[in-house]
Amino acid sequence: MSITIAKSLDLKGLSCPLPIIKTAKAMKELAPGELLEAFATDPGSVPDFKAWAKSTGNPFVESSQEGAVFHFVLKKKEI
Amino acid sequence: MGNDVLILGGGVGGTIVANLVAREVGDRARITLVDSTGFHVYQPGFLYVAVGNEQPAALKRPEAGLLLHDVKLIVDCATLVQPGVRKVVLKSGRTLRYDELVLATGSRTVMGEVPGGLAAHDFYTLDGAMRLHRALNDFEGGTIVIGVAGIPYKCPPAPVEFAFLLDDYLRARRLREKSQIKLLSPLNRAFTIEATSKLVQPILAERGIELTGFFNVESVDPVAKTVTSMEGETVDYDLLVLVPPHRGQKVIEDSGLGDERGWVPVDKNTLRHTTLDRIWAIGDTTNIPISKSGSVAHYEASVAAAEIVAAVKGEAAPSHVYDGKVMCFLETGHGQATTIRFDYDHPPVSPTPARRWHWAKALFNKTYWHTVPQGRLP
Repeated sequence: MSITIAKSLDLKGLSCPLPIIKTAKAMKELAPGELLEAFATDPGSVPDFKAWAKSTGNPFVESSQEGAVFHFVLKKKEI
Repeated sequence: MGNDVLILGGGVGGTIVANLVAREVGDRARITLVDSTGFHVYQPGFLYVAVGNEQPAALKRPEAGLLLHDVKLIVDCATLVQPGVRKVVLKSGRTLRYDELVLATGSRTVMGEVPGGLAAHDFYTLDGAMRLHRALNDFEGGTIVIGVAGIPYKCPPAPVEFAFLLDDYLRARRLREKSQIKLLSPLNRAFTIEATSKLVQPILAERGIELTGFFNVESVDPVAKTVTSMEGETVDYDLLVLVPPHRGQKVIEDSGLGDERGWVPVDKNTLRHTTLDRIWAIGDTTNIPISKSGSVAHYEASVAAAEIVAAVKGEAAPSHVYDGKVMCFLETGHGQATTIRFDYDHPPVSPTPARRWHWAKALFNKTYWHTVPQGRLP
């Protein structure tokens, strides 16, 4: 089953905590249930994204890595 | 004749570059520094002004007294850089030409970008620190909230340091038991750097400073006295202290030299502008993803100066490049401090907080005026 991404963020080259802040801002604009994907290069962003998702209740859908680029998918929480 | 070396900004970085270049090139170049105020301000002292441990007058000196005689100081505001014709237009209408240009204009704070944010206090300008000190003097107990309203900001450890110094201040005034200190952090830890967070978090807990993670300040309601995060959380306050959002200076934005926030893109090693010839940028001015701090401006200044000296003398670019070196002190209260040191290739290390680091910081603060601006400290 393919998934539809509502918003894609390019966070490559940014160091923490900028990727989290830009993601937090972008997530606010999404409707509940919509998906956001982000591409980042800061290795520290992997645990930060997972912890942010857990803390805010927005489900962490998946993550993958291609070379030096990390790819995350987050889902806007249902109200 | 010789080259025209023009430096915009008389902060720590611009002043060091001017003095180092002047010392090396003699009469081969005319060196001009443009500063909008004519005063050099020691910004790390703002934190101490806020808690009443430093006098504002001790943090400000005339820039002219810190520059070598070979450097010409113009007190004026640069309004437009024209790289195509290698000219800089000043507010007075005067135009200066350059062969080598250093952008050391630093950052500015824009609290107005946060809805309701102007109701918050800050210690990022001298006036702000003085106002905060007055507010603390009037404070008789309640909840003081410290938050971050924008990244990047100057001196990353400052909010944590302020929390510790505030704890000391309230204890000295016997108000600590009637007060709560809440520190709101953009990440799920006290500080960006994990090793430093691990060191300071137990001390925050020991001092009764409450840490709330993933709280990226979005807006303030000055009537309800609440601050709300992008994550959707709301916290009550009696006194609110925010790190304001920062941007590059207007001249950078108006001249199209930077990104959407006015940070100048440079090579992270040579500090040369990524697309424009004969332009370097240092310190807060750049888009390098590294601390915006005096120590970075200080270390970068010697690299930019060496590049410019080589350009003036017609020599090959120097092999010495900026390696990402950062060195900061972090006050942990009770007369103790630690340090944070790292570079592009080495992760941060912080020693256990001790009195000697507090005294080292105090000594640095006092000797700054006689060592750093003159380029006497490597």
